This record gives sequence, C-alpha cells and structure tokens, in this order.
Amino acid sequence: MSQNTMNLKVKVWRQKNANAQGAFVTYDVAGISDEMSFLEMMDILNERLITEGGDPVAFDHDCREGICGMCSMYINGKPHGPWQANTTCQLHMRAFKDGETIVIEPWRANSFPIVKDLTVDRSAFDRIIQAGGYISVNTGNAVDGNSLPIEKQNADDAFAAAMCIGCGACVAACKNSSAMLFLSAKVSHLALLPQGAPERKSRVLNMVAQMDKEGFGSCTNTGACEATCPKEISIANIARLNKEYLGASLSAQ
Amino acid sequence: MTFKQMFTSSVGKKLVMAFTGIFLVLFLVVHAGLNACIWAMDGGVTFNKAAHFMGSFIVPRILEIGLFLGIFLHIIQGYMLTLENRSKRKIGYEVNYSKGSKWYSRSMAILGTILLMFFVIHWKHFWVPSRITGVEEMDLGNGFIVHNLYAVMQDTFENVWVVLFYVIACISLGYHLAHGFQSAFKTIGVHNKRYHAMINTIGFGFAIIIPLAFALMPISFYLHWVN
Repeated sequence: MSQNTMNLKVKVWRQKNANAQGAFVTYDVAGISDEMSFLEMMDILNERLITEGGDPVAFDHDCREGICGMCSMYINGKPHGPWQANTTCQLHMRAFKDGETIVIEPWRANSFPIVKDLTVDRSAFDRIIQAGGYISVNTGNAVDGNSLPIEKQNADDAFAAAMCIGCGACVAACKNSSAMLFLSAKVSHLALLPQGAPERKSRVLNMVAQMDKEGFGSCTNTGACEATCPKEISIANIARLNKEYLGASLSAQ
Repeated sequence: MTFKQMFTSSVGKKLVMAFTGIFLVLFLVVHAGLNACIWAMDGGVTFNKAAHFMGSFIVPRILEIGLFLGIFLHIIQGYMLTLENRSKRKIGYEVNYSKGSKWYSRSMAILGTILLMFFVIHWKHFWVPSRITGVEEMDLGNGFIVHNLYAVMQDTFENVWVVLFYVIACISLGYHLAHGFQSAFKTIGVHNKRYHAMINTIGFGFAIIIPLAFALMPISFYLHWVN
C-alpha cells in the first residue's frame, strides 16, 4: 500500500495554565503520512517542539483505541474531528488534505476548565457519577450469571446507553454546554435494568442536582450532541431521563 | 423535594417551557379554527359570531387569563434560559459547530423575539380595540349586536407592510414550531421510538399547516379573496 505524505499547518490553542491568557499558535508540520493517527501527528509535532527546546502541546490521551474517553480536542469545528462515530485517537490523517490548516481547540465549557493547552478538567463528570451512577449489591455468595431475567429490548437499550465513555464531546458540541446526553446515558443504562431499580428515583434526582451544581446548561434538544457522539448515544435517552425525572420528582416525598 | 426545586432545576425549567409550549400549540388550533370562519364568504357574519362567542362566553374568558399567563411564562422562562445557557461558555469557539443541528433549533430565542414583536402589534390591531378602545358594531338582526372584527381585519390588511409583517411572523412561527413541537414532547419524556417518529411527523405537518393557514388570512384580505 502506498502512503501519501502531506504538509499541514496546525493552529493550536496554547494556554500555560487555568489562569493564564491563551492564544492560538500556528505550527508547520511536514511529512505527515495519511496512515498516521491524529494523535501520532500531534506526537511528531511535540517531539519537534521538545527538540527545539519548546513546550510540547498538552493533550489528553490514554488507550488510543477509542474506548477510554480520555482524548478530546475540538478539531475544525467538531468535537473529535470530521468523522462520524469516532474518537480523536481513531481519527486518521487521511481525513485531511495536503496544505490544509487544522484548527484545534480544547472543549469549551465553564464546567470543563482548561488545565493546560488542550487538556480540560472533566472531573465534573466524575462527581455526577458519584451522585448516583451506582447500584446497591448485597454481599454474600456469588449468584448464577444471568439469573435475573431482563427483557431483550431493555438489555439492548441499556447496553447502547452504557457505551458512553464520558469523553464530554456532547458538552463541547452543545450550544448550551449541557451535559444531558452524558447524564441521560448513565441514568438510562441503570434505569433499564433490574439491578438499578432500588435507587432509580434518588439516582435521577441526585444526578440532575449535581449536574446543575457543576454549572452545565439546560438541554434544548438541538441534537448536536447526538450528531457528534463517538459512541452514537441516542438523544432518545434524554427524553427517557426527562421521564425519569418527571416521575421521580412528582412522586418524591 | 419541593415543587420549587422541581421546576427550578435545569430539567424543570425545560418542563415549564414544554408544558406552556404545548398549551400554546393547542391555543393555535383554536385560534386558526375560529379565524378560518373568514372564509365562510358571508361578509364576516360567521366570523363575527364566532368572535362574539369567544369574547362573551365565560369559559373562553377564563381560558384567556390562562393563555396570557402561559404566554408570558413561556417568554420570560425562554429568555432566562437563553441567557443562562449562553453564560455557560465564557470563551467561545474559533470555528463553530453547526452541522449537527438545524439552524432553527439553535435560533428559538430569535424566532421567539420576532413572535413577541408580532404579538405586540397583533394585540394592538385586534385585542386592544375589541377589549378596551372599542370597535364598530354589526347588527345581525333581532337585536343581536356584535363587534365587527371582520371589518377591522379588512381595514388592517389593506396595508401591504402589515401583511408582509404578518407573513414573516408566520414563517417565524413555522420554524419555531418545527423545533418546539417535537422538543416539547421529548422534554415531557416521550422516548419511545415509535412515538418519536409519529410526533416528528405530526410536528412537521403542524409547523407547515397552522402558520400557512394564519398567513393566508391577511393575504386573503389584501388580495380580496374574501368579500
């Protein structure tokens, strides 16, 4: 297979720390293979910056397999770049053309403060999970696998919701910086399963309260989150969350 | 959990928008239905009778109070939500993400503002004369005297700029409904895919038919399609 190489300009948001004033800096990156991943291109840029005695561009990454939810980056006006149902680490350079200028920005939301450059603090998501994203399990002898009957459709929907990797692309894409797609995936995933039943009502109330405390916006159902989600979490989950919230808040004591 | 907590959370605020929005959607059906009486081609007799019923019968008068409450709640909550949501991203993007959503879904506040401007003018044209300053009357025989709102419509829609403004408002209403109708049902929790598809279709049809019916009213008077 023949490889094509390309020369690109990368316009990156540079910001020393949370309190510093940030600005875009444009770098030339030459000899990039179209078979490279996007993060490999960033690695090449960073190696060059280190060699030149500069400060490498900080960005989050971990598994580079599209499953951990660590990579972020808002590339050319879309979270995780131009491909559909894809994470930044799985984006390849063949998505770009020779000579192109790629604009890379961090996730922008007050609830995701910038740590450095393209790295943002997404611990707000952890605190939302802590507020209710768990189930109670009695200790004792291990039960037989699949001993609880679960309707196929519910199992499928719960699995689909559980695909959420908590990357925050939904917040980054939303004009309101709303975390509703993330929250709805977490609530749906547990609300659909019998294991999630004991905390079903308190879960949705506590998680919505925590989400509001973290300063995310309200959902206006524009669908931008669903369109950019690397795991294609359905916006129908948001409607399910609304139903869960309405029922739980009306029946709460 | 109190009702205050329920309706002031991020989801609760949207519930207020959805419930008032659905109430206003129902009002549009009644309004369009009654106004359609202008096409009875009887010089406005049917229309004036219908308007008289709405203005004199106790039930519509009570509903009118609910309507004003609903509309102002929808407007105030809408503006508050818009401002609040905008404040959640202090530093914006260099390149905006616009492919994932429809322009009208992102522009509900602007479309709503056009509608608010329209309401002020619309109320000045019809509601204020009918309720406060008075309008010319029409004798339907046997001492049955009604407001001749039909004549007010004829008079108002002689002006091409007024007609144009009404048509622009109807287009804004169409786009506002194209997003709002289906969004309201999602907000109150309709998540079943079958019903989703149904609501999307009904909402799309509603967003075309109702504004079209409204837009045809000033056009009908201006072009003298009705006598």
